[in-house]
Amino acid sequence: MSYLGKIFAIAYKDLLHEYRSRETITTMMIFSFLVVVIFNFTFDPGSSYALEAAPGIIWVAFTFSGMLGLNRSFIYEIDKGCFHGLLLSPIDRGAIYLGKMIGNIIFMTLVELLTLPLFIILFNLQFSDFLLPLLLIIFLATIGFAAVGTLFSAIAVNTKAREIMLPILLFPVVVPVILSAVNATGGLLRSDDWNQVFAWVRILLAFDVIFVAICYATFEYVVEE
Amino acid sequence: MERWTKWLGWLLLVGMILNLYFIFIYAPIEKTMGAVQKIFYFHVPSAFAAFLAFFVVAVYSALFLLKRNYFYDRISYASAEIGIIFTTIVLVTGPIWAKPTWNTWWSWDPRLTTTLILWFIYVGYLVLRDFTGEDERGARFAAVFAIVGFVDVPIVYFSIRWWRTIHPEPVLMGGEDSGLHPQMLFALLFSLAVFLLFYFYLLFTRLRLEKARMEINEMKKAIALQER
Amino acid sequence: MIVVKNLTKSFGTHYALRGINLEIPTGTFLSIFGPNGAGKTTFIRILSTLSRPSTGEIYFDDKNLRDHAESFRQRIGVIGHSTFLYDELTAFENLQFYAKLYSLPDARKRIQQALEEVGLLARADDFVRTFSRGMQQRLSIARAMLHQPDILLLDEPFTGLDQHASSMLKHWLSELKSEKRTILLVTHDLTHGLELADQVAIFVRGKVAYFESADHVDETEFQAHYHKVVAAGGAA
Repeated sequence: MSYLGKIFAIAYKDLLHEYRSRETITTMMIFSFLVVVIFNFTFDPGSSYALEAAPGIIWVAFTFSGMLGLNRSFIYEIDKGCFHGLLLSPIDRGAIYLGKMIGNIIFMTLVELLTLPLFIILFNLQFSDFLLPLLLIIFLATIGFAAVGTLFSAIAVNTKAREIMLPILLFPVVVPVILSAVNATGGLLRSDDWNQVFAWVRILLAFDVIFVAICYATFEYVVEE
Repeated sequence: MERWTKWLGWLLLVGMILNLYFIFIYAPIEKTMGAVQKIFYFHVPSAFAAFLAFFVVAVYSALFLLKRNYFYDRISYASAEIGIIFTTIVLVTGPIWAKPTWNTWWSWDPRLTTTLILWFIYVGYLVLRDFTGEDERGARFAAVFAIVGFVDVPIVYFSIRWWRTIHPEPVLMGGEDSGLHPQMLFALLFSLAVFLLFYFYLLFTRLRLEKARMEINEMKKAIALQER
Repeated sequence: MIVVKNLTKSFGTHYALRGINLEIPTGTFLSIFGPNGAGKTTFIRILSTLSRPSTGEIYFDDKNLRDHAESFRQRIGVIGHSTFLYDELTAFENLQFYAKLYSLPDARKRIQQALEEVGLLARADDFVRTFSRGMQQRLSIARAMLHQPDILLLDEPFTGLDQHASSMLKHWLSELKSEKRTILLVTHDLTHGLELADQVAIFVRGKVAYFESADHVDETEFQAHYHKVVAAGGAA
């Protein structure tokens, strides 16, 4: 089995586990829906504010539900002792990181794609012309979020306050991702100049490349004992 | 180091008194902003000291991961604590200065916002250290987090700057660099030197404390090793 | 041949290992005894590359473990306190996952063979969460043996096993022993440990307090000696 094969074996195992237990994605989905509904109460129905705030609300829902998924990612490995099984296998620690990260990206993307139609309906958004660029933005932002989140999740499960630790560490660091995603989404909604939207896509790309590399390199220092 | 720190302390005391003289008596009062502009001589040097502190955290975190020397880890930890203090000073003096000059407590301008995010990142660092205890695992986690956080800072800054240029600037930025009076400039530079000295004094003091604690731990270890 | 030189491991101010020196020739069955907190588990964790030592070196066939951890991991099998199995996956899927990580050729056949050896072939497609403790332990043995390691590290493998599973494990270990594998068994069960061992060691407070060939050891005598060594805190 090649290096890539092992990475995908780990991601596939996460998906299979999730497919069987359906613990994480269900919770993420419900949470994401809840955020949409609750935030709707803050506006008069049909007010123009709703449209302006929509990108922010979308990304609050995506990032907070993503946080739930990231928290679960290592907790279930640690609770069953399986993480030691992974560490005992003849694979590079970086491969474990990439495998878990890919698993997390897939979980988050799934939830995002399933919640998106609800946003479009509830906020009455006109995305049809921009669906492809929107999906690109969602995908890139999810990579950046999961890249840092997977590393921090491995840190957080080993601290005294597992679930509370992750958001405190993660949110300040992913500010560029959230900022870019919200503004790029808003730009699409307002049909801004494509160049402006693209500038945000560039920031997302830069963030993704830099942080996948750094987290890949530092993961081994987190999991050694 | 103990002797050093002591001398540094005396030097700092003299420096601080002189600094107050330069700031409040030597430097002229700014025409439009008035006396409140004096906060500038504390605000800007604090920001520099904070950036230096966080730079030290990142460098020594990386060194710790490579060399596993716990002295490096203690330097990072101490420097992070001090950095937070200076950042807090920046964040408190900023609004006090901003209210009378810009007529608003807070503006989401790139420098301000980045400083706030910086503060959050390093508060996270301290919380993380608190929640992992004293073992080497805590040191490793903190070092990794510090490196990721430090690399993040320029990206945060650029993304926020880009964000603010798209939307109209809410307030006029007072030209703090524009044609500074020579006596003001001198006071600023002097204050800067004093604040950096202050940083090093705090760092050495904190390290001395930490060293004493470590010596006690080593003694405990030695006893544990001899026990039969 | 595994050579352990001056191994120490400290957690804060507490020393779990305080200078371990051991030479374990290839094909030896070594039983390590010791009371709780003697550092047995820490020792196994360091040997299995999960922990890194504070000081000291480990050589494996003259290669330093520090530099060859990854290739070493391909050659060891570990059975520990936890089973390393995923509850929501079937027995077969669990082994399949590990087979991929160990790059096993002809994985399907090897998995079926391993399942048969531990008598779980009939339950291959059942979820691990439906298994009893004994069955899970058997599956965890199959998992550890999947890649046919030359070195087996066993940390209290008899805990929680019923009579049947326990005798099966013993039978199995004796078979492995005849195949000239290096086996390290950590236990505080003197009977189980002595029965199979070529060498016996007693760890007390992070040190090797006793190291002897098992041929010279008689169980009742050893029992008395064990209590003496432990009571003396490793000074004997």
